Amino acid sequence: MNVALVVIFAFLAFALFLGIRARRGQDMDLEQWTVGGRGFGTLFVFLLLAGEIYTTFTFLGGSGWAYGEGGPAFYILSYGCLAYVMSYWLLPAVWRYAKEHRLHSQSDFFVKKYESKGLGVFVSLVAVVAMVPYLALQFQGLGLIVSSASYGTISPLLAAVIGTVSVTIYVMISGIRGSAWTAVVKDVMVLVVVVALGIYLPFALYGGIGEMFREIQAQRPGFLALPDEGYSVSWFVSTVLLTALGFYMWPHYFTSAFSAENEKIFKRNAIFLPLYQLVLLFVFFIGFAAILQVPGLEGERVDQALLIVSKNEFSPFVVGLIGATGLLTALVPGSIILMVASTVLAKNVFGAISPGTGERRIALLARFLVPVVALVSLWFSQQSGQGVVLLLLLGYSLVTQLFPAATLSLLPNNFVNKWGAGAGIAAGVATVTYVTIAGTAIGDLLPFLPRALADTNIGIVALFVNFAAMIGVSVATGGLAVRREQSA
Amino acid sequence: MKLMYVLASLPFLGILVGVAFANRVEPFVFGLPFILFWIVAWVLLTSVIMAVVYRLDPANREDAE
Repeated sequence: MNVALVVIFAFLAFALFLGIRARRGQDMDLEQWTVGGRGFGTLFVFLLLAGEIYTTFTFLGGSGWAYGEGGPAFYILSYGCLAYVMSYWLLPAVWRYAKEHRLHSQSDFFVKKYESKGLGVFVSLVAVVAMVPYLALQFQGLGLIVSSASYGTISPLLAAVIGTVSVTIYVMISGIRGSAWTAVVKDVMVLVVVVALGIYLPFALYGGIGEMFREIQAQRPGFLALPDEGYSVSWFVSTVLLTALGFYMWPHYFTSAFSAENEKIFKRNAIFLPLYQLVLLFVFFIGFAAILQVPGLEGERVDQALLIVSKNEFSPFVVGLIGATGLLTALVPGSIILMVASTVLAKNVFGAISPGTGERRIALLARFLVPVVALVSLWFSQQSGQGVVLLLLLGYSLVTQLFPAATLSLLPNNFVNKWGAGAGIAAGVATVTYVTIAGTAIGDLLPFLPRALADTNIGIVALFVNFAAMIGVSVATGGLAVRREQSA
Repeated sequence: MKLMYVLASLPFLGILVGVAFANRVEPFVFGLPFILFWIVAWVLLTSVIMAVVYRLDPANREDAE
């Protein structure tokens, strides 16, 4: 056992200890397990909302994108800002409604708003299909980081299994409280490790951050801005907009909002969350520092740029710290997704199919679905290459399709009914799925468009289709409903 | 009340519209490529804007803690 591995396991044990201890003094019914009794203050809500941004994707993918694509990576820093601005109005409204009706999941929200358990089942299935690949990618990243940081002494599979078992244990025991407590450790680690590396590497390798960027510009002119084709300006703008709209539609972010003690917490967080995003800047610096230091990485190894450059530069102890941080960035979001997916399956799918199941039994069922969801995701994470990434991209587009129905339902005069909401989501989901699997781009569908628009994110089209179907079907069925009322 | 919404729309303009004009590497500002500087500046401004919105929002004044 080397030093790095000892450090990683020490942090894993600490996280597990905190996660399990978080239960203390709480009777873990559904209300406590899923939303922490709606008693979390500014700090915990901040950590749940902000902490989930720093997933293994940002840790590895953020630096990997900077390394491999350059300028387009900056989209990761941009969409959060816009999502936080919207959150100032969106989250308090969602929270108020959720508290009033004692909601436990995003699907509950749709069930209540549109008075339809069927819509709840549908939304739940979309949510689970979107979440499982997301979880699988966390496990995959975890395996990669820990295995690499252990200098290969444990295999990615073994590392993923250890991570999965740990997270399953504390989610089953402590629910969202476990996630909140492990998020504390995680965020401290991310801040320290990422900022330290992001400053140290440019200075050590290039003599400064400005010097690093000048050097890259000299060797690869234009790499640090958006290219004319592909990840162009129109791609950037449409992707930032779509991701910002979809941001809080991820079922686990949506549910995290339920755990707040009062609505002012969200408004305050809308001020601080944008600043916290700047940590991503240092993630980019790490990726850029790797460009001239370890050039020529390709394929999956691009995502390991951060680890490879670190192993060249640092002692095993520091590599262990980096590995532990990577482990935690997978565990925290992973734990919340696990809990949310299990709750949704137990309450909104099973509960809808066999009505009359009491809340205690639902709570028990939700807890025993945790290892099932974990195993399925673990299996997915071991499927190599393209499949999982494709599903993840699909997942992002899928949850964005919930945005129109969710947001409009918060308006005082919502003209959308359950049929319209269902049809809109179904049409959007179908468009996204077809396009993702067929690999179509906007330029292929509408070849007459100028090049500048051809790179527009296809999700925008799906959102339009969704919106049109929602309005069309609402008007059609709404008219019918009124007529029936009159004849009755 | 109105001012609040105008302010909140600024980050959208700055990032979604502004980036078309800011998409360049040079000049470097504070050592950052211009586009990155532009985005970072808007991240900082968003935080300031939301702080102002928070103060303007009548909902926050009524029930002072």
